[in-house]
Amino acid sequence: MNAPEKMPPSSGRTILTNARLLCPMSGRDERGGLLIEGRAIADIGPHLTGSDEPDTQLIDCEGHLLIPGLIDMQVSTGEPGEEHRETLATASRAAAAGGVTTIICMPDTKPAIDDVSLVDFIERRARDTAIVNVHPMAAMTKGLAGKEMTEIGLLRQAGALAFTDAKRSVANAQVMRNILSYGKDFNALIVHFIEDPHLADVGVMNEGEVSSGLGLPGIPAEAETIMLERDLRLAALTGGRYHAAGISCAASLEVIREARKGGLKVTCGVSINHLTLNENDIGSYRTYLKIKPPLRPESDRRAMVDGVHRGDIDVIVSAHDPQDADMKRRPFAEAADGALGLETLLPAALQLYHNGATALQPLLAAMTIRPAQLLGLPGGRLAIGAPADLCLVDLEMPWRVDAQTLASKSKNSPFDEMVLQGRALKTFVAGRCVYSYADLPLRV
Amino acid sequence: MNVALASQKFYFPHKHLLGIKGLSPAEIIGLLDLADADADYNRRVTAKRDILRGRTQINLFFESSTRTQSSFELAGKRLGADVMNMAIKSSSIEKGETLLDTAVTLNAMRPDILIVRHHAAGAVELLAKKVDCAVVNAGDGEHEHPTQALLDALTIRRRKGRIDGLIVAICGDILHSRVARSNILLLNALGANVRVAAPSTLLPPATERMGVEVYTKLDDAIAGADIIMMLRLQRERMTTSLVPSTREYFHFFGLDNEKLKKAKPDALVMHPGPINRGIEISSAVADHPRSVIREQVEMGVAVRMAVLQVLARHLRG
Repeated sequence: MNAPEKMPPSSGRTILTNARLLCPMSGRDERGGLLIEGRAIADIGPHLTGSDEPDTQLIDCEGHLLIPGLIDMQVSTGEPGEEHRETLATASRAAAAGGVTTIICMPDTKPAIDDVSLVDFIERRARDTAIVNVHPMAAMTKGLAGKEMTEIGLLRQAGALAFTDAKRSVANAQVMRNILSYGKDFNALIVHFIEDPHLADVGVMNEGEVSSGLGLPGIPAEAETIMLERDLRLAALTGGRYHAAGISCAASLEVIREARKGGLKVTCGVSINHLTLNENDIGSYRTYLKIKPPLRPESDRRAMVDGVHRGDIDVIVSAHDPQDADMKRRPFAEAADGALGLETLLPAALQLYHNGATALQPLLAAMTIRPAQLLGLPGGRLAIGAPADLCLVDLEMPWRVDAQTLASKSKNSPFDEMVLQGRALKTFVAGRCVYSYADLPLRV
Repeated sequence: MNVALASQKFYFPHKHLLGIKGLSPAEIIGLLDLADADADYNRRVTAKRDILRGRTQINLFFESSTRTQSSFELAGKRLGADVMNMAIKSSSIEKGETLLDTAVTLNAMRPDILIVRHHAAGAVELLAKKVDCAVVNAGDGEHEHPTQALLDALTIRRRKGRIDGLIVAICGDILHSRVARSNILLLNALGANVRVAAPSTLLPPATERMGVEVYTKLDDAIAGADIIMMLRLQRERMTTSLVPSTREYFHFFGLDNEKLKKAKPDALVMHPGPINRGIEISSAVADHPRSVIREQVEMGVAVRMAVLQVLARHLRG
């Protein structure tokens, strides 16, 4: 659902001038301007330097980076059912503040989004309350129970962009086979969280030296890789569209690469946490770093960054998962999984560019055009006719993350108190400015 | 057509009718010609004949059936045979007897013709090897149901005048359907263009190698079709969830008036029964003037008479 439909269309024309235009689809990286007419991009290029027409609004970008708005395909909210954690409205404000113009929300709500009427609910609530584009993913099994597949055809028609059981894996291979096979008939993308529930068992962090030292039960990387290998064989057997939701270790990436060499068309994602943090960051039981899949050793993190740089990892997600303080202020093993991510997705990702680990184009592609193509969305590009979903980025600005000032209802940011370099200055959705950094109290 | 003459016209070398597989086109056409005459004969006031007088026919049904069993019973009785029905509930099977022990026991009673339905594929063929009488497959598991395919072909031929070159779309639960397998074999043998349509989860592996065009959208399969054969969704045979709900199934694979418009204007709608209204077929289509579902039942008796007649040629004494 494109949120700003309810709002009046922006009054005519806006020209963003003096920008560094960067489009990961076309490869464009040049100085120039961009013309917004109504809800869409009407023109783009170095020739747009200003306008004499009276109703045209001019915004001087002062040389900052203008990119397509980010598309985040893994966002959990608490709506419906746990609105105290996050609503579609608060998640959309956090998104706008992070330069994210489209969020794909997860179906692991209460009740789970496993019925046409619930897809409809999300779309209506988003239309009425959210300031960025919101699209639901629907559950792939009824009640996320991993047993009976949902009405994939009807849910797809109702607007579910893809199908997932969110943070749950379908352990039964027959059920997974049927979902991939049946989903293929509707060109449905099956997004699977990969973790063998029996191998993961009661584990709460990566299995290894660190977990042993902390005295915490571990989850071996094999829990992920074994499930991934099973899935890829089922994808090959059925011809279904498969996306591994969030890989976290080098072995999984290797499995994906090998499968692709064999001609298998599968895709995978990685969370921003697994690109920027590792298991050592848990330190002395920092529960804000308790996430699924668990943070891995530094060698795995480096492999993930390399995967993004080479384009082998298709998308970067925030894995935004708001948890209230009560669920996190507990002994590590008893604390809830999940970390905030929407507002820090772009700034955290930019650290990988600043430290030279990856180039800007592949990094941004994984948050714009590649999820757009995977999900069949029209955004994620700077092109004439595309929706004017845009983000103006100050690449250099240093700022300190303060969880208390983040727009999200919950405050469980793993980046709290970190100094990051670069952030969104302005965010446009369908031609309207939905976020402006300057409007906020100065806090550098 | 003269019934006696029609039955003389072709040579039927088989002792049993276990499936469409193994029948030549000439044999199939011979059976259809004979059944065609029987169908006309059945419409007379005195339909009873004595071709099978003194013969014993046992209907051995390990799986419950209404229409097939009564159709075979009526066919045997119209030809003058003594017909006995054995249903599973009153048999020794429940007491633990194996299929082959049952066969040997029945064989000792010296029947002439056994009509067998069994829930396991290949069971009828296994039984045929152990008895001396003629055996007719009335449906074995998900394998074959030859008399259903013959009666479908007869219904089509009487309405359309031919089978060769017709576009026949078989739609629905192909995976669990013995009717589909027998029909694919028969219709291909007689030169029809066969399409099948089902969700991928209800298609047998390698369906495309059965000589059919495979569709996963009903609309595409019935576009321009002469014949639409709908199959029942056999949920009792499903061990896992292969379709999410009957609501979704009907939405995408149920034949309603809207979807029927895609077929040729004179297309026929068929269904082997029993029909599930609102699951694979709407009531309006089931009762539509182009629906020949009741005619299929009538042709069923005629086809089974023809089968009994040709098998009787090989009976002892």
